[in-house]
Amino acid sequence: MHADTTVTSKKAAAVAAFAGLDSEPGVAKPDPILVIEKVVRRFGGLTAVDVDHVEVQRGSITALIGPNGAGKTTFFNQLTGFDTADEGSWSFNGKQLKGVPAHRVARSGMVRTFQLTKALSKLTVMENMRLGAQNQRGENFFRALIPGSWRGQEDEITERAEELLERFKLAAKRDDFAGSLSGGQRKLLEMARALMVGPELVMLDEPMAGVNPALTQSLLGHVKDLREQGMTVLFVEHDMDMVRDISDWVIVMAQGTVIAEGPPDTIMSDNRVIDAYLGAHHDAPMSVEEAEEQLQEAEAELEAEIEEKA
Amino acid sequence: MDWNTIFITTVEASIGWQTVAYALAAIGINIQFGYAGLLNFGQAAFLGVAAYGLAVTVSTFHLSFWLGIAIGLVATVILAFLLGIPTLRLRADYLAIVTIAAAEIVRLVFRSVAFKDVFGGSDGRQNFSGDFFAINPYSPGTYGIGPISFDERTTWVLTVGWILIALSCALVYLLMKSPWGRVMKAIREDEDAVRSLGKNVFSYKMQALVLGGVIGCLGGFIFALSQASVQPDLFGTEFTFYAYTIVILGGAARVFSPVVGAAIFWVLLVFIGNTLDEAARAGAFGSWVTVSQVGSVRFMLVGLGLMLLLIFRPQGIFGDKREIALDAR
Repeated sequence: MHADTTVTSKKAAAVAAFAGLDSEPGVAKPDPILVIEKVVRRFGGLTAVDVDHVEVQRGSITALIGPNGAGKTTFFNQLTGFDTADEGSWSFNGKQLKGVPAHRVARSGMVRTFQLTKALSKLTVMENMRLGAQNQRGENFFRALIPGSWRGQEDEITERAEELLERFKLAAKRDDFAGSLSGGQRKLLEMARALMVGPELVMLDEPMAGVNPALTQSLLGHVKDLREQGMTVLFVEHDMDMVRDISDWVIVMAQGTVIAEGPPDTIMSDNRVIDAYLGAHHDAPMSVEEAEEQLQEAEAELEAEIEEKA
Repeated sequence: MDWNTIFITTVEASIGWQTVAYALAAIGINIQFGYAGLLNFGQAAFLGVAAYGLAVTVSTFHLSFWLGIAIGLVATVILAFLLGIPTLRLRADYLAIVTIAAAEIVRLVFRSVAFKDVFGGSDGRQNFSGDFFAINPYSPGTYGIGPISFDERTTWVLTVGWILIALSCALVYLLMKSPWGRVMKAIREDEDAVRSLGKNVFSYKMQALVLGGVIGCLGGFIFALSQASVQPDLFGTEFTFYAYTIVILGGAARVFSPVVGAAIFWVLLVFIGNTLDEAARAGAFGSWVTVSQVGSVRFMLVGLGLMLLLIFRPQGIFGDKREIALDAR
């Protein structure tokens, strides 16, 4: 993390890294933090994920989009160890992660959030935050029995958690049960808690789902802020405005495979993407004759109805 | 009606050996179910394995009492691993199914004819508590306040039992205030969230299962020693369900709730039982309830009382109503 970098330079650096890259699926990035090779996941006869090659650029915000059922969340689960892939391999910072259990993936610096927020309801907001900290001495059974051995570390963790809560505007809720927070606040808490782990790569599964529009801007700000702090973000999202607003690079999935990649301002007009969202045989704009014909049909129908009533 | 006897037996029940044994079993369940969210329906097996470990070592193999205690403890830990390794990776319900089945298997092995030479069949084992009572510091006589008194053997069992309860409660208190306890409570709420924060959930669940089993097994020792005998049918599934009732009665995930819950449970059971018994003898119910039916009616009334408790105070005696309200969201 470089303290002297400004907001614009991080964004500019991320955009510059992508300059001149092909919009082809699996294009090589200059400095990938995550490299995925031939990941396949089948559920019986259904191939949910079949990704040939994808790289995620370090220090960027990468969006993973695709129509419903494209396998985005399944793909997320594979990468973070919450589900086992049938085939393939992927490396994070050069370290192979296939078959590594979820908690070890998190420890290695790749932390995820969930589509359905998992705030731990009966723990307070502060306890939720403290839980995120790594290498806690007091989490060992025997050392837990000697409060003196973990009190000092706990104070440091609390201080760090307070700073984060302040940043995420949850400081006032510090001692409330997480279950009493609103949907948007829970999303914020989950993100803040993930940051307590000290991740290099933050994986957000639909960060905007179920968040009230007033909170959206603040959440967007926080996601951008992650990049400014030197973290890499990979997120799944349906909200195209958000994708356009914050992402530096977009990966498009459909039916389990990556069909296109590219910068957000051009990817939306890519034919492969339009086909994936609307179907290959979607309606072309109507010609004048077709419009006329439809109008006449509708009028005839209306007249028939009127006569019937009369 | 002899209210004096009813009063004395009721007060004695509140600190009696049954309260002690059930409280220890319930403290174990409180760790597993209350804090870590593990549905262990086989707590009776943990007590049974410990009690039989002690009894068989001493009475069948004529080895020392302390070796028997050690074997009981080791057997409990082994049982916890046997149950935990295949099931703790799965969803919570599987542990419930496996543990309830395992508890029955353990009980049926203890009472089986094939192992009668070792476990003594349905008669169980006796003559193993000699060494325990040999170190009894109380000289023969009765100890207590006024009419509420116990003989020297019971007093010794109760002294050891309540010391074990105090130590167990202190242990739970220290653990649950620590980051270790925080991880446990988080696992109860949502395992996947805890996994995503870099904690080895399987290891923590195993620790909870072993710890809960070991504390429960102390109750098994007390159970065996206070009776100076073990029988397989004492460790049936209803034992586990009483212990669960006690935890819920006191309020899950509270340090003292299993102890107070156990005392209240036994006070209710003894008070209602004796009162009904006396009333039936005095002919208060006419031909409706005879003395021999009182035992069943007692459990009906206790069940009714517990239902009323759950309706009007679902969080238990020590529980926090706000926590229950969170579930309704």
